[in-house]
Amino acid sequence: MSGANSNPTRSASAIARSLKEGRSHQKTNAFTNIPKQVEEVLEKWNTATSRRNFLKSSGLLVVSFSAAPLVSTAAAEAAAAAQAAGGPYPDPDFHQLDSWIVIHEDNTAAFYVGKTDLGQGTGTAFRQMMSDELDIPFDKTTCIMGTTNLTVDQGGSGGSDAIQVDGWPMRRVAAEARRILLDMASKRFGVPVDDLTVNDGVITVKADPTKKITYGELIGGKKFNVALTAANNNIDNTTGVAKVKPVQQLNMVGKSPQRDDIPRKVDGSGTWAVDVKLPGMVHARNVKPPVAGAKLISIDESSVRNIPGLVKVVSKGNYVAVVCEREEHAIQAARQLKVNWEKPATAAFPTSDDLFKFMRNATPTSKRQPNVVGNPDAALASAAKVVEAEYEMPFQGHTAISPAHALADPSNGQMTIYSNDMKSYGLRNGVSQFLEIPRDRVRVIWMDGPQAYGRTAADDAGFEAAFLAKEIGRPVRVQWMRNEETAWDTKGPAFTFKVRGALDTQGNLVALDFNARAADYNHLGYNEADTVLIAQLMGRRRAMPAPGNSDIPSDMYAIPNRRMVAEVVSLPTIWETPLRTGNLRDPNGPQVTFAAESFIDEMAAAAEADPLQFRMKLLNASTTDDNGFRRARSIAVLKTAAETFGWDTRPSPKRPGNGTILPGRGVAYTYRGQTVLAVIAEVEVNRKTGHVWVKRLVCAHDCGLIINPEALRRSVEGGMLHSLSRALYEEVKFDGEKVTSVDWITHPTLTHLDAPAKIDVLLVNGDPNPNRPDLPHYGAGEASLKPTIAAVANAIYDATGVRLRRVPFRNARVLEALKAAGV
Amino acid sequence: MSNVTLKVNGKSHTLDIDASTPLLYILRNDLGLRGPRFGCGLGQCGACTVIINGVATRSCITPVSTVKSEVTTLEGIAKNGKLHPVQQAWIDEQVPQCGFCQNGQIMTAKALLDKNTNPTDTQIREAMAKTLCRCFTYYRVQLAIKRAARAIASLGSNRSKEVVA
Ligand code: FES
Ligand code: FES
Repeated sequence: MSGANSNPTRSASAIARSLKEGRSHQKTNAFTNIPKQVEEVLEKWNTATSRRNFLKSSGLLVVSFSAAPLVSTAAAEAAAAAQAAGGPYPDPDFHQLDSWIVIHEDNTAAFYVGKTDLGQGTGTAFRQMMSDELDIPFDKTTCIMGTTNLTVDQGGSGGSDAIQVDGWPMRRVAAEARRILLDMASKRFGVPVDDLTVNDGVITVKADPTKKITYGELIGGKKFNVALTAANNNIDNTTGVAKVKPVQQLNMVGKSPQRDDIPRKVDGSGTWAVDVKLPGMVHARNVKPPVAGAKLISIDESSVRNIPGLVKVVSKGNYVAVVCEREEHAIQAARQLKVNWEKPATAAFPTSDDLFKFMRNATPTSKRQPNVVGNPDAALASAAKVVEAEYEMPFQGHTAISPAHALADPSNGQMTIYSNDMKSYGLRNGVSQFLEIPRDRVRVIWMDGPQAYGRTAADDAGFEAAFLAKEIGRPVRVQWMRNEETAWDTKGPAFTFKVRGALDTQGNLVALDFNARAADYNHLGYNEADTVLIAQLMGRRRAMPAPGNSDIPSDMYAIPNRRMVAEVVSLPTIWETPLRTGNLRDPNGPQVTFAAESFIDEMAAAAEADPLQFRMKLLNASTTDDNGFRRARSIAVLKTAAETFGWDTRPSPKRPGNGTILPGRGVAYTYRGQTVLAVIAEVEVNRKTGHVWVKRLVCAHDCGLIINPEALRRSVEGGMLHSLSRALYEEVKFDGEKVTSVDWITHPTLTHLDAPAKIDVLLVNGDPNPNRPDLPHYGAGEASLKPTIAAVANAIYDATGVRLRRVPFRNARVLEALKAAGV
Repeated sequence: MSNVTLKVNGKSHTLDIDASTPLLYILRNDLGLRGPRFGCGLGQCGACTVIINGVATRSCITPVSTVKSEVTTLEGIAKNGKLHPVQQAWIDEQVPQCGFCQNGQIMTAKALLDKNTNPTDTQIREAMAKTLCRCFTYYRVQLAIKRAARAIASLGSNRSKEVVA
């Protein structure tokens, strides 16, 4: 992998951390190669603001003036104005160029963006895009992310939109800064802009190269004072006058500089949200209801009286927490506290074994308008062959490697939350509403944390920390325990599917009737003051629970008759339950694509056709395309994947031989938004144990213009293996009243033993005009999860002739199916 | 409470602490170390791994009273301002996604390579089997371990050349 030895992205957390920690006694960055000037500003900042001062002023106010060069000037000014008028943390104004870009005297630049990087390297990608538009060397830039009072509100992360959506305003504002700087130089030298060139942050008069000036000399330490516009007042539309560059003129975009967050994650120098310590800080642990819907009757506080350093037992409604001076004592107190709970009279939900029966018998709470093409009923009635199948996907959790956590500091009438929540702005808004603290007195400092692929319990922990901090009047750090995280974190919804398909006499797929049903009623949004767990436990209820979502397949197949129905069902208990659903890395895509692409394989088998050719035929059966050229690009990814894999064209299944190990291969294809991809899995099924090893994965992936190919490859690999974990292991188990998956034994996950021997990620550009100068960049964070489960199921079918229609494919289930089929 | 003396990354510390406290909390909260992290507290995930006597040890289930030898944490494996070859391999291979588990991946891999400089694929998988990653970087971790093994081997051969010279 090529790449500069890059400078780190300084997340705002990095700034906060250096404030907090007195860097003198901590060589935190021996290997991270922070640019010297940043170091210096941080040192100055630190000495100028003693810890006591910092605490007194609770943060950025005092600081932002002594450290003006590093903090976006518009943010600092807004803070100054607000201090006079209201709270210390007003929003940076996204209509001001100064809120996005600061150029320093030494000709370096800091980019302030309202996104968070969950470990896919988006922070590095933003620097690549913005340094290209600004024409400043990549390694002279830093990127500050996701701190609510320093960076404009781009919503944090979610929906794989960082590059696809938020990348555009970033590119445009950087282009605008370049335009302004050229204008300034033109005035300075008295020549038209066209007579100037700019290279690496230095503007030169073409006719007289001795006349040159750096960006830093032009504006370093000063403000642009340039207003931007944004149609509909939508930050995504933010723009200046300048146009972005054509793709061909981008230099860093398409290269693979090393991710700037990796050194600190490898040498132990990073400070994560779990690491922050504040003077006077105490530790909290929750005491969760033992069963869903339990009601608190009484607490016997004498049961924890012997715990050293017990600060307080806090309870409100059914929310209970203990707070201690030391962490291990808080853990002990939470275990020891005697609480008298009353169980609800009726079962909160079916058992996990009965779930799918329950779902099939339930009356839907909502139904999307069926998506109908042609006349599927007539086509099914007159077909040469009809195939029917039902599929099942259980609840699956985020189950982060670290339980949820947050630290909240309530000093001086403000609230600062240190969190890894991917939507720091939403957390700020939600906490402000929940605790009735004005929004400009709440800020969230986003920091590194465990994976946050959607709506995780990081939201819940942020609210809990803030609530407890307000109660106690000291900084409170709250962390969930493993059993809480696995049992109570939000879940991706369970699905049942009913699918029918019809073949004509030539083996063409002429009808598809697809019904997807999700247990997703009361789906949680992000950081909602009336749905976070603590609010639910305190008895808050919103009048209208969210209807939830189900989904239909994403493909470009030409099937003349189709009906696709997506419906939602509800479990009996929807509040104060561990079976609460929220977005999990492409909320419904992996489930729906498992059923859809398994079924296409079943139809191919029924037609005795090669499964890849069967798909190609469905894509080629039409000649029209959409404006994202998804049909053409679908064909391109399938072709590329097949060629790289060395696909041998033949129908599935292969005749299983006599050996213990049965080899097979399977393909699946889909799109997510504008990103199109195909995955081929090669498996070995152990006939004696039922064990499935996915020996090889090939993914052909087209997400348009690629910013950082190596970072993208790894993100795609991680996504495929996440999906593989969901295919082989993951299932949330529960009895009628509680979740019984509580640790890594009762909730197994993919391990090193399952890693494929080989993974190929092929980055495809299937655009019919691949060199067009306006080639867009699409999202890539989640697409690779969608087709992987189906590719594995199809490969198992190819190997054994046994079709698995229920996820996960753990050994016992596979073995049972093999035995039943006499394999 | 009792006085406990701990040697960590070359430095001795005396702490007045309950001797049954798991080592992890003392490393993190009393000594301010950030490499070892809480993932499960049950010995199941490896996020809290440190090296004691050459053995990758789960500090979340190790009472401090049982620690009789020096503890090495992620912060302690670089030498003279130079990253350990395992850490360098992690950067070269761009292993981490979120990175939360990577302390466990790196420390477990280092303990493996300290004992076996040229592990087979199967030995790597087995040594790493219980070190979990929920961003699923396993494939890259395994490539990085092989890369580190090559780097260590070439360091070794350079050293022996120097000795010969
Ligand atoms: S935290 Fe120690 S093994 Fe998980
Ligand atoms: S890198 Fe995120 S858990 Fe391993």
